[in-house]
Amino acid sequence: MHAKRKKRLTIVLFLLCGLGVAVALSTYALRQNISLFYDPSQIAAGEAPGEVRIRAGGMVEEGSVKRDLDSLKVNFRVTDYTASVTMQYDGILPDLFAEGQGVVATGRLQPDGVFIADQVLAKHDEQYMPPEVAESLERAAMLKKTVDKPAEGSASGY
Amino acid sequence: MLPELGQFSLILALLLACLLATVPLVGSLTGRDGLQAFARPLAAGQFVFLAVAFGILTHAFMVDDFSVSYVANNSNSMLPWYYKFSAVWGSHEGSLLLWTMILAGWTLAVAIFSRRLPAAMIAQVLAIMGMICVGFLLFMLITSSPFVRILPDVPADGADLNPLLQDFGLIVHPPMLYMGYVGFSVAFAFAIAALINGRLDAAWARWSRPWTTVAWAFLSIGIALGSWWAYYELGWGGWWFWDPVENASLLPWLAGTALVHSLAVTEKRGVFKSWTVLLAILTFSLSLLGAFLVRSGVLTSVHAFASDPERGKFLLALLAITIISSLTLYAFRAPVVHSRVRYGSLSREVFLLLNNVLMMAALLLVLVGTLYPLILDYLDLGRISIGEPFYNLTFSPVAIAVALLMGVGIFSRWKKTDAGWLGKHLLWPAAWSLVIAVLVPLWHGSFEPWAFIGCFAAAWVAVATLQDVWHKSASRHGRWHGAQRQSRSYYGMVLGHLGLAITMAGATVVSNYGIERDVRMSPGDTASIGELQFEFAAIGNREGANFTAQTAQVNVSKNGDPITTLYPEKRQYRVQQSIMTEAGIDGGLFRDLFVALGEQVGDNAWAMRLQYKPLVRWLWLGAIFMAVGGLLAVADKRYRIKEKLPAAKAGAGTKTGAGTGRGTDPGNDSAEVTA
Repeated sequence: MHAKRKKRLTIVLFLLCGLGVAVALSTYALRQNISLFYDPSQIAAGEAPGEVRIRAGGMVEEGSVKRDLDSLKVNFRVTDYTASVTMQYDGILPDLFAEGQGVVATGRLQPDGVFIADQVLAKHDEQYMPPEVAESLERAAMLKKTVDKPAEGSASGY
Repeated sequence: MLPELGQFSLILALLLACLLATVPLVGSLTGRDGLQAFARPLAAGQFVFLAVAFGILTHAFMVDDFSVSYVANNSNSMLPWYYKFSAVWGSHEGSLLLWTMILAGWTLAVAIFSRRLPAAMIAQVLAIMGMICVGFLLFMLITSSPFVRILPDVPADGADLNPLLQDFGLIVHPPMLYMGYVGFSVAFAFAIAALINGRLDAAWARWSRPWTTVAWAFLSIGIALGSWWAYYELGWGGWWFWDPVENASLLPWLAGTALVHSLAVTEKRGVFKSWTVLLAILTFSLSLLGAFLVRSGVLTSVHAFASDPERGKFLLALLAITIISSLTLYAFRAPVVHSRVRYGSLSREVFLLLNNVLMMAALLLVLVGTLYPLILDYLDLGRISIGEPFYNLTFSPVAIAVALLMGVGIFSRWKKTDAGWLGKHLLWPAAWSLVIAVLVPLWHGSFEPWAFIGCFAAAWVAVATLQDVWHKSASRHGRWHGAQRQSRSYYGMVLGHLGLAITMAGATVVSNYGIERDVRMSPGDTASIGELQFEFAAIGNREGANFTAQTAQVNVSKNGDPITTLYPEKRQYRVQQSIMTEAGIDGGLFRDLFVALGEQVGDNAWAMRLQYKPLVRWLWLGAIFMAVGGLLAVADKRYRIKEKLPAAKAGAGTKTGAGTGRGTDPGNDSAEVTA
């Protein structure tokens, strides 16, 4: 084999190795770290797995937020107006967290049906609805009554 | 009247851009010098009309012209004037105008600073940039004109700028970022012009190198500013969220970093030509991908709200046209280009190639993490999210590998490096890095494997770089004389590499040894982090220009000695009624103390987040080093020398190896690889 071809072969092999390592690492990491979204109806129907981290979201039920008296523990119910799920969180809730607002939480579903959240997201714009939540509400055929259409050109970044 | 003039000048800019995209190109292909000569004036005209449009929009903001829909949606008469100014690019339409004006600005800069380039080449480069400008101007005029009026029902006052964006960070972050994104269009235009001509040589690489380096420097600063802004303004002390929009800026940066290095090889040694061209195309395509991701509304993030699907389709079409046409051209023309330069397996060429491989691996990881959820969602296979753990697991090892490789690469020579000689040079960096990597965890009181590895890698890069400076500055006439003999691009490289080491050190230490506590506190309570005590002294109300705030007073002391007093705030902005968290930060080179006020959880009790952030400033300090390094490299003499004058004077006589006698190559000099 020519020296030149040999060198080319080495380079190609190097590139393939790098690519292979990247692909292997990322598929492994993906398998570990994907979290799927479930809405309260799916959770009530027992479709959500208990062992892995999932995301769940909906509207925070009016009057459901209960705080612990001497820590930052908080309980609230999240609903899509057909079913609801109790969430528990220990920490600081985002600024836009409020009853009647849409939220998305990441965490694990316990066997007793309580969702222990390690992260709660409410977006920075009060007119904004997390798409997952909007979709699940649509499914619950309640969208018209609960949210207005997001206003055109409502605040965005950059 | 003025806003209509703004719209007219956008249309005029579009017409000029259309001429720029065609006339000089036709001229250069048919050999008519007269037509080629139109390129420079057209580039200037296009910029002037965009600048006029931008000035008119700025004026509309300054005089509170709420009959302009964009102004009404993003400003308010109570907004301080500097935020009215930055609100010009506070939302989609205006930021697109800024983007396009910067594109025209780069085009004009190329027209001005490339007088020594062959006329045909410059005509083609400017024409290609004109085509890109046509794309963006059409996009702006069809889907998102900033000059649309609300008539006759002019609102009495504006809807205000999103309070998150009322901040110094926003004034500077987007322009810097866009300078970077758009700057890569110059490298792209040079690459396409070279493909058209079939002239992919060292001269081509030398022409496009300074432009790429400047764009890269701006992008580095832009990303760092975004990270800094997220750190203090989003309120909770995170500095990188692997948010798809952040990734959208990281992708072109990774490709750009690879490009800067690969251009160095192409310029110095005339190899990797096809690869470099491909990288230039890739880098700019990723900039466009970033624009698409951010602007189309496919993402849910701070940056992307309430978008129009038309805009997404338009940008996707623009991206597709760019990629397909440039890759088609590449497929037809690239095989023409080949080189017959030899290099050994331990040469600098190979180390830079490996750098490129790792950059591509990192890029692929981020790309997969960003696009995979979008594709699944599009195919209706479920909504997933890929968060931090994925990137920590995959990106960190690649970053470590980049650093370890760099330490070796710094000492390597073009063509061939003696393995024994290389090994001998690596002993000291290895020893020093080991010592530092052991000391840092000891100092912080706990051993973390990732902290050890990260500190070792950062120290490895820094020590190797400094040792290289030490060797290169050795001279019979004293060290100062020796140091002066090195070129500016060499010091640019040194700063760039040190910057990476600083950023890595900061990221490692703050993520392994940062302490964060969420506590419930009432006035009078004290909470501690390590040796630090945080006393919640009082809380009261404060009136700002356009907000009302509840301000807490937190006294921080260390073993009883007061250190500082912090005033975290919870602000309510009057117009949008939105609530913002303004953190209280005591910044320092070695640590930040960070207090954020959460919500009120009881009659008198508040949620508080207390944080100790060691070396967090190093993250952004490193980026400043990189950017200064980039600018220094561009200031190198050889970019201003008229003809092919060898810059070899600057070298410290470090040439070794096979010496195949490429003396005619300008700057055939091992000391001058730019970061």
